[in-house]
Amino acid sequence: MAITVDASGDLSPEEQKRLKADLHRSLFRNKVRACLLVAPLVVFILVTFVAPIGNMLIRSVEDPQVNEYMPLTSAALQDWDGQELPDEAIFAALAQDLIAGRESKEIGKAATRLNYESSGMRSLIMGSARKISRIEPPYKEALIEADKDWADIDNWKVIKRLSSPYTTSYYVAALDMETSPDGEVSFVPENQQIYLKLFWRTLWMSMLITAMTVLLGYPVSYFLASLPVKKANVLMILVLLPFWTSLLVRTSSWIAMLQSQGILNDLLVWLGIIADEQRLQMIYNALGTVIAMTHILLPFMILPLYSVMKTVPPSYLRAARSLGANPWTAFWQVYLPQTIPGISAGAILVFILAIGYYITPALVGGQSGQFIGNLIAYHMQGSLNWGMAAALGVMLLVLVMGIYGLYSRFVGVNNVKLG
Amino acid sequence: MAVPSYAGPLERTWYYAFRVFCAAVFIFLIAPILVIVPLSFNAEPYFSFTQGMLTLDPDAYSTRWYEEFLTSDRWLESIKNSVIVAFFSTFLAASLGTLAALGLSRSELPYKGLIMGLLISPMIVPLIIAAAGMFFFYSSLGISQSYLGLILAHTALGTPFVVITVTATLSGFDHNLVKAAANLGATPTYTFFKITMPLIMTGVISGALFALMTSFDEVIVAIFIAGVEQRTIPMQMWSGIREQISPTILAVATILITFSVIMLATVEILRRRSDRIRGIIS
Repeated sequence: MAITVDASGDLSPEEQKRLKADLHRSLFRNKVRACLLVAPLVVFILVTFVAPIGNMLIRSVEDPQVNEYMPLTSAALQDWDGQELPDEAIFAALAQDLIAGRESKEIGKAATRLNYESSGMRSLIMGSARKISRIEPPYKEALIEADKDWADIDNWKVIKRLSSPYTTSYYVAALDMETSPDGEVSFVPENQQIYLKLFWRTLWMSMLITAMTVLLGYPVSYFLASLPVKKANVLMILVLLPFWTSLLVRTSSWIAMLQSQGILNDLLVWLGIIADEQRLQMIYNALGTVIAMTHILLPFMILPLYSVMKTVPPSYLRAARSLGANPWTAFWQVYLPQTIPGISAGAILVFILAIGYYITPALVGGQSGQFIGNLIAYHMQGSLNWGMAAALGVMLLVLVMGIYGLYSRFVGVNNVKLG
Repeated sequence: MAVPSYAGPLERTWYYAFRVFCAAVFIFLIAPILVIVPLSFNAEPYFSFTQGMLTLDPDAYSTRWYEEFLTSDRWLESIKNSVIVAFFSTFLAASLGTLAALGLSRSELPYKGLIMGLLISPMIVPLIIAAAGMFFFYSSLGISQSYLGLILAHTALGTPFVVITVTATLSGFDHNLVKAAANLGATPTYTFFKITMPLIMTGVISGALFALMTSFDEVIVAIFIAGVEQRTIPMQMWSGIREQISPTILAVATILITFSVIMLATVEILRRRSDRIRGIIS
């Protein structure tokens, strides 16, 4: 397209306008092109990864069983004030639900759900459902006669509370709290607390592991950074090989090393440090988890530390020394502050990875070395209390996202480096 | 880094103590991996060195665990499954990840931070959470317990690595080269394959290797969403370690270590090539 220029060398106003529009259009086209390149992966991640997690979020507050399998009772209980025993209409609705539920064989799902909230509910519902065919109106007297627990107003309060299709009960339980029949929320006695204890243990063990990786990783990174590049690259293999080795391989190798008939104990017995019958218990407890996870996560600390330390000029330390600082002051005042970004990057990375661990604690942790991830897996596969697993998962996710927020503030997402 | 000649005795002691400490950490890092290799040739079904092995008696060593590995249908099946899943998920992750990285490197892209955060989220979110979510969601879609489900899941987990490595390669990419090619009359497609692709290839391959490793090593999502039919090597190892631990596991582990040595070497070579092409001589 031709652009005419007048004698003074300026564009005419129309030309200027056209040029601007062209530029605008071309910029817009580039923007669209960039978006189109990113779009396939964004859509893919949204569908295969974000949607499942959103689904889990919904599942953690969803509570459809009672509402779905005892629909008439749920509807009838909406207007019940909870002051005295329900009237005949509600008992009749319950009887209808029990008859329908017994025929479709699905009353058990509601009964199981109720039992999570108050033990004994399952046998109450299932027992009544078995007897329901012989029960005649008026239902109130008949049902109470069949099982006197129906005269207990607290049981009705539990049913009413669960009759809504949404619930916060999983979160309440995941915080080691319980709801009394009157709807008051309070902590369970300390000796019955499971989840808070496990969250707490997960946090402090992750912190301990992070501290261990700093303690072991900092001197090694410093050593590597102070070597000539060629030598450092050779020694780097010792860091990178574990990094590239399968997690399961490393975990099983720690089992071979640490178990009571394992290599380390054999070595200690052979050296005469411990007697044969006093072999140390180094695995299937918290110690095993800490050792194996420190080993697995150490490269994640060394790699960012090393790359930061490479950028600190060694002449700074020498300058500090020649200005009269002793080695300790030179390190503490001059070197350490410049490596803080590396420490924080590595520490947050290790910490995030550690609190979500599942495989290693499950294999070498025994009872005392389990993490919150193990409990999520237990509720997924063992107890099949999926709502609880979802609630614990969401809580862990919130925790990780919070720490990740810190990470991106300190380090920036774009500075994540591999190898 | 030698001891300077003016160092006092305290400083000398410190210097050697420091070196000993570093050596100990290096041993800590590598010993578990080195120990596995000889143990996998143990003739006895133990996880420990026998008297015969220590005296280097050839009878104490055998390849029976390797034979057991190679003749077991369950292990062979798991190799097949791992290869299928890893191949497809790596291919998908590399293609989608490279495209996205090309888009991310353009200055015109809006909400770049947000998109980058979303794309690398599979790397940040603990796997147990991803596994639980995928279990629910993929079951409701009817694709759990299928190759498709497992491949999609592993693709999602592998893409962040490709995005990160390719974006890193592109950060040193001279966009004038593309403009020059266009100026000389090359079509955008021709430019992409002749100019851009060869320059970012190292990033793509190392990202793909990371994705391959992720899929090959991934066990948590697999035990939640794969069925018996899709049993992969890590799943087989997981149940092997949990149920009855036999040295076959160590034989598999040794093979996997060899595999990771090859991977590590390849990534290293690629990284040096990439630095050389981009003119960063180290």
